[in-house]
Amino acid sequence: MNTRTEPVVIRRLFIGIALGFFGLFIVLPLICVFYHAFSKGWVVYLQALAHPDALAAMRLTVITALVAVPLNLVFGVAASWAIAKFDFKGRDLLLSLIDLPLSVSPVIAGLIFVLIFGAQGALGPWLRAHNIHVIFALPGIILATIFVTFPMVARELIPVMRSQGNEEEEAALTLGASGWKTFWMVSVPNIRWGILYGIILCNARAMGEFGAVSVVSGHIRGLTNTLPLHVEILYNEYQSAAAFAAASILVLLAIVTLVAKTVIEAVIRRGHTA
Amino acid sequence: MSIEVRNIHKNFGQFKALNNVSLKVENGELLALLGPSGSGKTSLLRIVAGLDFHDAGQVLFSGQDARDQKVKDRGVGFVFQHYALFRHMTVFENIAFGLRVQPRPVRPSEQKIREKVTELLKLIQLEWVVDRYPWQLSGGQRQRIALARALAVKPRVLLLDEPFGSLDAQVRKELRLWLRRFHDESHITTLFVTHDQEEALEVADRIVVMNQGRIEQVGTPEDVYHNPVNAFVLNFLGNVNFFHCRLAEGKAIIGDTALEVPGLSVDQPKAAKLYVRPNQFRLSRGPGKGTSLKAVVEFINPAGTLVKVNLKADTGERLHVEITQEEYRQLKLVKAMAVFVSLKDVSYSEYVQTAA
Repeated sequence: MNTRTEPVVIRRLFIGIALGFFGLFIVLPLICVFYHAFSKGWVVYLQALAHPDALAAMRLTVITALVAVPLNLVFGVAASWAIAKFDFKGRDLLLSLIDLPLSVSPVIAGLIFVLIFGAQGALGPWLRAHNIHVIFALPGIILATIFVTFPMVARELIPVMRSQGNEEEEAALTLGASGWKTFWMVSVPNIRWGILYGIILCNARAMGEFGAVSVVSGHIRGLTNTLPLHVEILYNEYQSAAAFAAASILVLLAIVTLVAKTVIEAVIRRGHTA
Repeated sequence: MSIEVRNIHKNFGQFKALNNVSLKVENGELLALLGPSGSGKTSLLRIVAGLDFHDAGQVLFSGQDARDQKVKDRGVGFVFQHYALFRHMTVFENIAFGLRVQPRPVRPSEQKIREKVTELLKLIQLEWVVDRYPWQLSGGQRQRIALARALAVKPRVLLLDEPFGSLDAQVRKELRLWLRRFHDESHITTLFVTHDQEEALEVADRIVVMNQGRIEQVGTPEDVYHNPVNAFVLNFLGNVNFFHCRLAEGKAIIGDTALEVPGLSVDQPKAAKLYVRPNQFRLSRGPGKGTSLKAVVEFINPAGTLVKVNLKADTGERLHVEITQEEYRQLKLVKAMAVFVSLKDVSYSEYVQTAA
């Protein structure tokens, strides 16, 4: 079927504009990151990554993701299960609340935690009395990260679960399975690719988050700097090669995420058409 | 096992899905719940299964109140319209599921499970699909797998929700005959929901006709077809022609034509609605003995066991008439031809509803 009636010139023009934008705003910056990262050679690149502060930042970023992603996975599965499979009062409210972190500026998100847990915050005196550090410490960073990545898993799973309906679960129940067994043997396997997809997106956001974490972290070198914060500090100190070296790690993470996302999408699509 | 429901009520918001429904399914019976969509038949089936809950009334299994029995403890085999096979499991694992989820002390050995699944696949004549996934099967095959899966746990009752509703006409016919044969051998108490009157008439021991959350009539296929209690049941169980008329002694007066209705006795003339099945007309080329209605042939479909003829009567009514191939040949019917319609000598009185 050939429905293309536009003149060749117009077609080429539009394709050209699209490619131009893509090159200017996506490809060029990516090349720049690697260009600057390697501008002073391999040795400087590796030294920048092996610097104790850089390693600490990477470790903190990984720890944060390791805590935030599983917690949001549990929450995301529970919430999407409840929203997709049951009809209850307040379901629509819950559905819109899940999206809240997406519509709030991350800086505000960070500020919320400062106002609650900070020295002048609502729980500040109590926390100080019990010698618990939340703001400018790991718990605050994790809390802020959980907040901004809150919707990532649930958002992926709700449409999948809704489209699958309840019948397989009902069939399992009539066949004598308990609710627990039904969940693990029927519901979870049916959403396993959706779960993986959600984890990957959630992880990418958790590791890349800047705004919210920046507010609560306090920027203590080697202690409360995540990788994105580390990049900013190096850049502000005119250590551009080191800054871009650290940034290149984040870019690599993004590329890996993108490839994984594409592969999983292909698998899901095959499952649907089959 | 017998199933009894007593005075069941079920509301979805303002909508009365079931309104005081009582029914008894005898042990070993194959019973069809027949009705249009929204008549409450699926709600009733789901309540019996324990998948939905009634607002008031009782469900009894062999006389025992099932209120506190969970779905998994009711021993019901449920077959869904859209099969609801586990999409990530092979046919083997689908059928074995009910055996595998049994508590450890009573769970059969792997060897026993294998034997049982093989036996069921043989029963549904699909041994060769054992390692396939549901999406690799046709609709009819999937539905048979769903049946086998339900039977694996030796249910005390079989509940089928529009089991053949999404299949091709040909497959549907095959499967319903298969279901009838299977029931004749197994005698498992079976309740099945359908909106297809032909399916219900062909398969069921008894039919429950439902409408707007109520049971209109319960009876054998013969009973509900020939002795419908009201116009709804009559309409739902097959095509029917409908006339506004006045009934007098032995006659139905339609417009200014008085049509003979054999065996009808009325004390005084009454306005009425007259219902006539397509095969209860007689057509002739000339005005026959007694009075008859003049009509013009609008459409003929001779492809079938019976010949379907659409007529337009002089009084304005459109009639759907079925005649045998033999009658069709003798009459030499063609389009636009004028014919005379009279009523055959059958019992009509139950088709006559006297309106006020």
